[in-house]
Amino acid sequence: MSARDNILGKLKAAPVTPVIEPDTAAHFARFASTASKLELLKHWAAAMRSVKTEIIWVTESNWADKLAARVTATNLPDLLVSDTPHGTKARAALANSDVTVKVFDRPVDEWKESLFNDVSASLTRCLCGIAQTGTLVLWPDSKEPRTMSLVPPVHFVLFDTQTLYPNFFTAMDAQQWSAGMPTNAVLVSGPSKTADIQLTLAYGAHGPREVIVLACLPEGVNPTLLEDAA
Amino acid sequence: MSQHTVTLYPSRQFKDNARSALGDTELRHSLRTAMDFLMAKRLSAFPDENELETLRTLGETIRQRCLAKLPTLLEQLEAKLTANGIQVHWAETPAEANQIIQGLIDRRNGKLAVKGKSMVSEETELNHHLEAHGVTAVESDMGEYIVQMAGEKPTHIIMPAIHKTKAQIAKLFSENIPDTPYTEDVDELIQIGRKALRHLYMKADVGISGVNFAVAETGTLCLVENEGNGRMCTTVPDMHIAITGIEKVVEKLSDVVPLYSLLTRSAIGQPITTYFNMISSPRKEGELDGPREVHLVLLDNGRSQAYADTQLRKTLQCIRCGACMNHCPVYTRIGGHAYGTTYPGPIGEIISPHLLGLENTSDLPTASSLCGACGEVCPVRIPIPEMLMRLREESQRPANEHVAHPLRGQGAGRTGKESIAWRVWKGVVGKASHYKLFGWTASHLRALTPVNQPGWTQNHVPMKPAAKTLHQLIKEREAKRS
Amino acid sequence: MTANTPDSTVSGKPGYPTDVYLFGTCLLDIFMPDAGMDAITLLEREGIRVHFPMDQSCCGQPAYTSGHPKEARDVARAQLGLFPEAWPIVVPSGSCGGMMKHHWPTLFAGEPEEALANALAARVVEFSDFLLNTLDWQPQDQGQPAKVAVHTSCSARREMNVHKTSWALVDRLQHVERVVHDHESECCGFGGTFSVKHPDISGAMVADKANSLQNSGAVEFVSADSGCLMNINGKLAKDGNTRFAGKHLATFLLERTGGKS
Repeated sequence: MSARDNILGKLKAAPVTPVIEPDTAAHFARFASTASKLELLKHWAAAMRSVKTEIIWVTESNWADKLAARVTATNLPDLLVSDTPHGTKARAALANSDVTVKVFDRPVDEWKESLFNDVSASLTRCLCGIAQTGTLVLWPDSKEPRTMSLVPPVHFVLFDTQTLYPNFFTAMDAQQWSAGMPTNAVLVSGPSKTADIQLTLAYGAHGPREVIVLACLPEGVNPTLLEDAA
Repeated sequence: MSQHTVTLYPSRQFKDNARSALGDTELRHSLRTAMDFLMAKRLSAFPDENELETLRTLGETIRQRCLAKLPTLLEQLEAKLTANGIQVHWAETPAEANQIIQGLIDRRNGKLAVKGKSMVSEETELNHHLEAHGVTAVESDMGEYIVQMAGEKPTHIIMPAIHKTKAQIAKLFSENIPDTPYTEDVDELIQIGRKALRHLYMKADVGISGVNFAVAETGTLCLVENEGNGRMCTTVPDMHIAITGIEKVVEKLSDVVPLYSLLTRSAIGQPITTYFNMISSPRKEGELDGPREVHLVLLDNGRSQAYADTQLRKTLQCIRCGACMNHCPVYTRIGGHAYGTTYPGPIGEIISPHLLGLENTSDLPTASSLCGACGEVCPVRIPIPEMLMRLREESQRPANEHVAHPLRGQGAGRTGKESIAWRVWKGVVGKASHYKLFGWTASHLRALTPVNQPGWTQNHVPMKPAAKTLHQLIKEREAKRS
Repeated sequence: MTANTPDSTVSGKPGYPTDVYLFGTCLLDIFMPDAGMDAITLLEREGIRVHFPMDQSCCGQPAYTSGHPKEARDVARAQLGLFPEAWPIVVPSGSCGGMMKHHWPTLFAGEPEEALANALAARVVEFSDFLLNTLDWQPQDQGQPAKVAVHTSCSARREMNVHKTSWALVDRLQHVERVVHDHESECCGFGGTFSVKHPDISGAMVADKANSLQNSGAVEFVSADSGCLMNINGKLAKDGNTRFAGKHLATFLLERTGGKS
């Protein structure tokens, strides 16, 4: 008998208990936020900022310039982008700067040490956002690999605010994640952190020290609406 | 080849350990401060009591549904993971799990493993096993990194180094990490750890991690963390080995939503952790990074014993948040090391007897005043005090008494002296005439009350009966009135 | 058996009981019987007839929580026949009340006495709960102004869910200021046999509890549980403290309202 057979055999021999089917959807419907889209976005921004995330309000037409401005303003020497339309756009915006733009275009195994040692910032997009917890959902793929959002100390995320969901359940449900998951998906809520030393919060544990979100608003939405004190 | 055997005899040392912890004022202060902080944080994370209680009920129902279907879900998980390209291994004992993991590493001639936080690997003492077989396993969670450097075990399942002061850690780092000056600045200490470990991620042959939820529906391994070391271990090395207990499987992807919320809010009072990492396959054709091999080791190690009994099965509902220890007045005073087990505190008291046998843990179920604080905060409503009483019963049950699901070490806590004492007690208290006679004698002979009452007079003046019992006072009053 | 048949007429309020049983509990019976008498006096003063079945002894809790349910069951069984009338069973202890209300049904599950145990359990009421919520006790405080701390037993707090009733009763005393002590919700470390099986840990717990009660600014403390009282008072006395001690809630309430001269 294999360990597998032994374990399953013991479990199957155990008494059967009744199954009560919980209604997860009903729970999240019951406690769903009634906030407007704008209010949800404000809540999302506040939650992300509370965990040291920087938010830059952008639009489809100006995000690349704002990214370039932010990269040069803090003298980041380089930026890692993906071989994607938004990667290309970022590259173009930085073409006339001193910033070295690198493209993640070959297997990590060929340049792992360099990825760790020579890259200071990266840009990726994200699948969607979650308002309740101040979260972005990363959905890496063959064009935009997993380590891009993990290894470089500064991570820029391009976020289409139209894809903001009230909570984790609504995001997962609306996008039917259960039909099939990618190799890896990650919920990110701020830069990496730890409180393992005497419960003192410190940012920049192992992953990015800084997360900067380029939050893309529809044309015509005034970002100041999102910044009032209310 | 010698095999590292796991030998833990917590019960033989528990009382001594507890006594020495109680005398350590620095430890007592660290623990009290930390637990007060964590309790306050949890409270602030659940501002709406109605939402909290509803969510706890949902979490409990989900965990119970998953346990009710456990064998089927494990098979489904295995099939789904296999289809996704993740290889599944089964281990009945810690030794088997260690052998499997070592075998996988040996196949690639691996020498360096980086580890994300995994309490199950603590359970199997995997690091020692690998070390003995030429594989260096480095803990990468900051707290785990610290306790490993100190040659200790975690004292808390969420906050492994909660017992250490920053001064102690500063000393440890300066003495163990080359070119490191002494600093008590926490940010600097974390940056020292970050630098040392990032260097290792890129060199490691294998990454080892635990699993918070294994989703049968999609074949997904979910990892909860703040630091990013878990993502490093599961993303950067070419091989990822995850190890978890068989009870960690959940049926649906949507099950993780409430459980994850309960976990982070109960554990540390955070609405969410920095990362929720969902892994469903190794690197696919055309992908540019991620491990080419992913393995999952499913460990039983006594869990099936708890499963066999429908009452004790509730122990397996646990999602390892640690709230029970944060709220436990015993844990707060003695810390995790005193228990001598992988899982300390209330959850440790109820899971360890299944992992190690009552013969090795018989002091643990009694190490509780049954105050109920643990059960009150448990996010999945495990009735921990009820479990403790049941384990006390099994520990006191004669070893040769036949029961449907005997626990390993049944009767281990039973002593002739105590059994006789309870029989005498029953004889006195269980019969009205005997009890009245006892009351009369106790009150009339109160002058002869022993000055030394074992256990009691260590902390108290002797228990002395009143001059008259309530029975006598009432009888006298009635006599007067009639 | 009837402890007393008061002359006063029973309140005409609907749902207001005319008779109750008192389950005195073994600890109170032997170690602090005055508290039992004080509870009776308080109830009688509200016009209730208090019945004290003389054959009562113990709820069985000590054996039950020590892993000896058979012995516990035998002792509990001896109590089951003592409460034939449908009156409330008032228990001046949260932990014994918790045993009867919440653990007797488990203890007798599948036994011939199951239905009887369930029926009795349903009638069990903790003393402070009864005084506050059934009788709506309205005291006339005759004492001097005083600051008092309240220690609620864990069973009262978490099993019987009556931790706020003792507070509320004390708060109804016009000249008493209830002070909150540090870590008020934390266990005093008694836990029945826990206190003798793990005296080091239990001792550390009761030392902290005694300290925080003393540092609360209160002149004394009250509790509705004799186990906790014996534990904390026993510790205070062991440390040579003669000025600060705890009282049973019943005794305290009676003293404040002129019932003890």
